[in-house]
Amino acid sequence: MTTLDPQSHTETVRRTSAAGPGRSPALEFASAWDYAPAPESVKVEIAKVYGHFINGAFTQPDGGPARTMATINPATEAELAQFARGDAADVDAAVKAAREAQPKWAALPAKERGKYLFRIARRMQERARELAVLETMDNGKPIKESRDVDIPLAAAHFFYHAGWADKLQYAFAGRTPEPVGVCGQIIPWNFPLLMAAWKLAPALACGNTCVLKPAETTPLTALRLAEICAEVGLPEGVVNIVTGDGEAGEALVKHPGIDKIAFTGSTEVGKRIARATAGTGKKLTLELGGKSPNIIFEDASLDQAIEGVVAGIYFNQGHVCCAGSRLLVQESIADEVTKRLTHRLQTLRVGDPLDKNTDVGAINSRPQLDTINNYLGRAREEGLQCHSPSTSALPKNGYWCKPCFFTGVQQSHTLSREEVFGPVLAVQTFRTPEEAISRANNSPYGLAAGVWTDKGSKIFEVAGQLKAGIVWLNTYNRFDPASPFGGYKESGFGREGGMQGLRGYVRLDGGAK
Amino acid sequence: MGSVTTVDRVMADARAASFATRSIKTAAKDAGLRLAMSMVDLTTLEGKDSPEKVRSLCAKAIRPMPDDERVLGERLPSVAAVCVYPSMVPVAREALGTSGVKVASVATGFPSGQYPLDVRLRDTQRAIDDGADEIDMVINRGAFLSGRYDIVAEEIREVTAVCADGGPQGRGVHLKVILETGELETYDNVRRASDLAIEHIRPGDFIKTSTGKVSPAATMPITLVMLEAIRESWLRDGKRIGMKPAGGIRTAKQSLHYLVMLKETLGDEWLTPDLFRFGASSLLDDILRQIVKRKTGHYAASYDFGLA
Repeated sequence: MTTLDPQSHTETVRRTSAAGPGRSPALEFASAWDYAPAPESVKVEIAKVYGHFINGAFTQPDGGPARTMATINPATEAELAQFARGDAADVDAAVKAAREAQPKWAALPAKERGKYLFRIARRMQERARELAVLETMDNGKPIKESRDVDIPLAAAHFFYHAGWADKLQYAFAGRTPEPVGVCGQIIPWNFPLLMAAWKLAPALACGNTCVLKPAETTPLTALRLAEICAEVGLPEGVVNIVTGDGEAGEALVKHPGIDKIAFTGSTEVGKRIARATAGTGKKLTLELGGKSPNIIFEDASLDQAIEGVVAGIYFNQGHVCCAGSRLLVQESIADEVTKRLTHRLQTLRVGDPLDKNTDVGAINSRPQLDTINNYLGRAREEGLQCHSPSTSALPKNGYWCKPCFFTGVQQSHTLSREEVFGPVLAVQTFRTPEEAISRANNSPYGLAAGVWTDKGSKIFEVAGQLKAGIVWLNTYNRFDPASPFGGYKESGFGREGGMQGLRGYVRLDGGAK
Repeated sequence: MGSVTTVDRVMADARAASFATRSIKTAAKDAGLRLAMSMVDLTTLEGKDSPEKVRSLCAKAIRPMPDDERVLGERLPSVAAVCVYPSMVPVAREALGTSGVKVASVATGFPSGQYPLDVRLRDTQRAIDDGADEIDMVINRGAFLSGRYDIVAEEIREVTAVCADGGPQGRGVHLKVILETGELETYDNVRRASDLAIEHIRPGDFIKTSTGKVSPAATMPITLVMLEAIRESWLRDGKRIGMKPAGGIRTAKQSLHYLVMLKETLGDEWLTPDLFRFGASSLLDDILRQIVKRKTGHYAASYDFGLA
């Protein structure tokens, strides 16, 4: 690192106190006072091999190497553990256990169910640091995010739904909620533990039992959550976890003993699930992809809006279904926004996810990195200009993509239509609010949107016309268990979180499933 | 003044809080502590200030830890300035001599600014004539809050003119404009007052948060809002303005958080006492304590450092 000599300051400033002839004012971020490495010190124990969690116990993976698969640390490409590759038989065992446990679980006094959820939440808090480190190792996300966002929010979902368990009758005025039965839940790799909490907490609060399938690249924290379920004495079979790839997911979707499927993931897989469950009587909620617009009007508080753009697209390497991946900027401030974004990206620290000062971590897997690179290539082929001002040196091993944004993007360009699921932002401009709204809604997706303006009337006028399940006003990527989350159009249907999220996990008045 | 820039409180608070999550370790901590130390305006602004207390402060400012070479094996930097009331300027001037540590004087009817302009200007002139290198002025908050921005602007211009002509051989002295953000109520007002001050002072002059007589004094979000105003002035006009948060910064850790915010907002070139100061009285001892701890592994007792 460059050393500083506090005594020599006068000289420095004389040299630079004015822009001087031929030098336009700029900001430099890379030459002085670099932060030393600040590695997370907690070491977590990881077993060599993990089995499924069925009927309150971990199974012994058998059948040799063909029945297990590896999960790696995407920041180092080192193998973390082997875990069981679930098949139809494993899913069947898990569903049977859940089936058997369900009537007893539903018959528990509601406040007792709530107590179990409270205990899970408390235990997650007690083991928060371990969970955060493990999440970062398995997923590649920066430790500051797993520590400050993923784990606290996951616990918050259990706390929130613990409170609902004995108040369900008030959630549906004049109607009697009953459990759906056994829920098959398939979750993605971008927020492994948080998505498990989103799925399990409301299902359990409503008296359902669950078979959860974590993503194949990130099974470890869900298995820790299974440990926690056992620790707090959750009755056997109430939560079952089957690990594996698409084979286990497909077996779960097709299993006749499942009453409801909840899926979060890609739109492509979501469509396949919708086809497979059609006509079976299974309830279905889908939370799929997005290409969410973040709209900045010229009267916005600009420095804060830039923070919102960064939080919107570079949070979690852009592996966020509601990422603000399209930036719509009013043309009078377009140059200013580009300039400020360039400065801001220079200070984003890309690298070792276990370093507490890392802002952007590793891409979750080789296939995802390939997908992102493919989109970057297409954007360049289509003539878009790439800006990637981050000054971080990338590690040699692992999967990395520097945060970047493209200017000159039009509605017909691939980058404004398809979900990249990476730290890649498409910047477009507009002149009138009508144009902003029509561009924002011109997408097969409708998950989230952001509006930035200092003018209250404009906020309500614009927000009311956006076809998006979530609209953030002068903020972005804020989550709370009390706030329902879900999409329009190809972003899926059903809501998760809040009172509305309970609806997907109950039947009312003994009606059809 | 030109267009008005607004500040969104929620996101500004969130951004300011994010700097405090940076983890500054080992070599970065060592360098940061020494830099912070060199940026301190060691301050005493009390009615009971005595010449002896000011002399004591000056000795500490020049050589914060006289046994540094024996204990640490290095010579620690002096602080940037000693900040006193106008009546103490002659004492400070004599005690600091040619040490390089600046004499900063509050003036213009500090801390309220509730005096006629001619009195405030004479206050300034007298402090400069007595040997002040830097003037910390207060703005007329009454005029600002009632929307009479032209009066505030005019007063800043007048004080700037006095500072520009004063000093040895008329080379001018530096000016710091105290906004007293604790009385401005909103971030929008802080930004507006910052823009207004920046427009009327010279490159190298400062804007400053607080007198230390009003609570809240400096906070991270308020300082961020002011740094953003400085950034805009630099990028738009090439005018480089300094920043001085004052009051409430007591620990070494806090000072590192401020430096992180400074670095990530204005970049490397602001990491100098010529463009950033801490107005503080107890901060210096905590920085010394941390430096000694880093070197020896032990925390020093409060009596191990001489009183300022």
